[in-house]
Order: sequence, then C-alpha cells, then structure tokens
Amino acid sequence: MSVVEPIAPPAPPRLLGGVRPDGRQTSLRAHLARYGPFPDDLRADELRARIVQSGLAGRGGAGFPTGTKLESVLGGRRRPVVVANGAEGEPVSSKDKALLAYVPHLVIDGAVLATRAVGARRAIVATTSVVMGQLEHALAERPPDSRVDISTVVVPERFIAGEETALVQFANGGPGLPTYTPPRPFERGVDGVPTLVLNVETLAHLALIERYGPEWFRSAGTTSEPGTALVTVSGAVSVPGVYEVELGSSFSELIAQATPDDAIRAYLVGGYFGTWVEPRSLEGALVSNADLAHRGAALGARALVALPAGACGVVETARILRYLADESARQCGPCVHGLAAVAETLEQLVRRDRRTPELGVLRRRLAQINGRGACRHPDGAVALAASALRVFADEFDRHLHGRRCTGRGRAIMPIP
Amino acid sequence: MNVAIRVNPILCDGHGLCAELFPERISLDEWGYPIIDGDPISPGLEGHARRAVDACPVVALRLERARATSRV
Repeated sequence: MSVVEPIAPPAPPRLLGGVRPDGRQTSLRAHLARYGPFPDDLRADELRARIVQSGLAGRGGAGFPTGTKLESVLGGRRRPVVVANGAEGEPVSSKDKALLAYVPHLVIDGAVLATRAVGARRAIVATTSVVMGQLEHALAERPPDSRVDISTVVVPERFIAGEETALVQFANGGPGLPTYTPPRPFERGVDGVPTLVLNVETLAHLALIERYGPEWFRSAGTTSEPGTALVTVSGAVSVPGVYEVELGSSFSELIAQATPDDAIRAYLVGGYFGTWVEPRSLEGALVSNADLAHRGAALGARALVALPAGACGVVETARILRYLADESARQCGPCVHGLAAVAETLEQLVRRDRRTPELGVLRRRLAQINGRGACRHPDGAVALAASALRVFADEFDRHLHGRRCTGRGRAIMPIP
Repeated sequence: MNVAIRVNPILCDGHGLCAELFPERISLDEWGYPIIDGDPISPGLEGHARRAVDACPVVALRLERARATSRV
C-alpha cells in the first residue's frame, strides 16, 4: 500500500469555504493553497475504498451510494468513461452552477480522481452555457495530464437535460431525451461503454475525501447520511442563495439564515421535482432524508422555495405543472397526455372554470400516470401535484367553489 | 419459470391490441395507453401473454423473467 502524507483539511465550510468574497473564480493556485496538493499517488482500489468507506451518496437528487456506482462500471471488457453532470435543469436549483463558476477545480479534481478510480481515461464535464465559460477558464489553468482527456459538452437548458440516460444520449450526439432502461449508463453509455455519471457536487466531495480520508468526511453529518451538502434557498426570503450545511442539521436554522418573510404559506422542498410542505410540518425538521420522509418530503436536489402567504398554492402549482408538461420529452403517452391533462385541470381551477372536474378525477389521474413513463419525470410532477392537493386543500376548495383567490397576482415560482 | 409482461413506454403508441388479447392483465387508460399488471403470469395465461406480445405492431412488449410484483 502506498504511503500518503496526510493533508490537513481547511476550516469549514468544506466546499463553499473556497469561494472568493468578490465573486471571482478561485484560481488553481488558491485552490491548491486551500485544499493541498492533488492526491496523485493513490491506487484505483484505494481511491474506491475511501469512497465506499466514506458513505458518500450522490448529491444530484437520487442519493445513490457513490462507492457502489464506482464499482458498477468495473469488470466489463471496455474501459469506462466518466461524465460529470452539471446540467442542473431544475429552475430553482443553482448549487451546481455555483460550484462550476466559483470553485470549479473541486469538480475537475473530482472528475479526474473518478477516472483514476475506475480505470477510465476520459472525463466529460457537462453543463449549460450559463457557466461553461467559467469551466473552460478553469480547465485551461490545469497542467497537462497524460492520464486523462477532459472534454466538455454544452447541454440545453431543459428540465430533463440532467437525467442520466438523456445526458448520455446527448453526449452520444442524440437530442438529449431519456432512453428506456436497461441498459443503464453503467452498463452501456457513452460510445457504448460503461459510463459513470456523477453530479458535480458529488465529485467535489469526492475530491476532498481522497485528500482527507473517509473518517474526515464522516466527521460531519449523520451515520446514515454523512457529510455536508449544498442547498439552494429562494422565494420569499431576504438572503436567497446556495448554503452548505451538515446533513442531519436543523432545517429551521438553515431557513433562519435565509431569513424568510413574516408569513410563509408553504415550502417547496426538493424543487419542481419535490413536494409542498407546510411550515408547521417542518418544525424540528432536519436536513436529512430520514427525517423528511416522516413529513412527506425528501431532500431531492436540495432546492427550497418559500411561498409567501400572499401567493396562492393553486396558482403556483398550475404554473409549475404546465412547465413540467411542456418539458416532457414527449416520448411516452401517459406523460404527454397525463401531464397536459393535469395542467389543464389546474388551470381550469385557477380561472374558476365551472367545467372543472371534481378533485377525485384529478386524484385518479395522478395515480394512473405514476410510474408509467420511461423516466421519472411524470412521477415527480404527479408527486408535486398530489402534495399541492394536501397542503393547499383550502385554496383548492376556494377555487372549486368560485370564491376569490387568496393570491395577490404575484407569480413567485420562476418559470424559464 | 414465471414470466411477467413489460412495456417500453417510448416505443408504445397506444394501438391497444395487447389489451384486447390479454384483458386479464392489460387495460387501457383514458388515452389508450396500456396499464399493465406486472405480477408474475401463471402458466395457464402464458399463451395469452405471448399472443399479446407478438401482436404489438411496434414491438413494445416483452415477456421477462418475473421479479417482484409491480405495475408498469
């Protein structure tokens, strides 16, 4: 086993501590000064073991154990490829863009280390045009590395652009639509080879685990959800932005930092792929999947939006569902027709159309659509709509019976 | 060996022949797309399942080795 001089980790925050106050990109030199040298002499099996022991789980939204993902691309006849997923199609999430714009060398280190861990020679970093310029700037700073070829691909700003199979298809020259599985990318992906797709934030944590070790990583967070994670907070708050918190830490402390307006009607937890939750259901909540599961929510891509009391949940949900319907890849009948029908019903409710079907019809439709697409896009839309029916029951009732909407005409949710 | 039916929703165009030939396990939603009971198919029904799979004009159906129960 090779001897690695232990590098002392810097003071927290782990990822965002490297961000410059003036908003300019952290140079390679500053990156190395803060985090120490690139851990160049770890063998592939050592690199993988550190990730397995760390308990690192994907930070993109699915939360799959990263160690397991690393091992899934081994053992094939063909050399794997690494894809760094910085597509971030979720409109209310900006954590990945922040990493790529401000501290890209964390992500690039992670991508290179991932290739070393699985015997790959190629890494593709995928993101939108929003931050591609900053990424390219950082890549140009890197010294040449004969062991890896790093290329970039500009993905469209579509909601499903970051879906794993869609991203792989796009990298292969296709339109960037989800594909039927099996095969999953780890079996056959870019150029038909085993492909390791990892979110850029996952790679940033990976870069630090390889430097400081799994015990260091586990010194934050909980036993089942170790480490820190980035959370995007927006909506009716005075200090919106990307925050870094320990998993399992207090939800209210995070929200307090973002400073919500006086009266919050509900929080959207997990972005447009998440669910609505009432503030009182979040009392004592922790930033962890284990805790949020009891409250009808999940971390997902960790995008939080505060809906003020002056907005209407029916109106906002209708706007989001129409967006999600429009963002369908349009490949699967239940998604194309189902989401359009749900959006239409919600819009009928918004305008208090007398022909709106009763809510039982909507509920049955949601149940019918669920699980019947090739990807999870319709499932996310369905879960969001179902949570709206629960959380905004009063507002739905008002709209159904032609009473005045509680919203004051402001649209809160950003629709691209 | 127990088999189960699975649909590729991308290939599926809602022709509906499957539901006609295998109503025991396949019904159609309001837009004509199949709702499939993914439970293992008993040997007595396997013939119907195979006929439904073969009839699909876009080859969107497959019989697979049955795993846990599911609805697709």
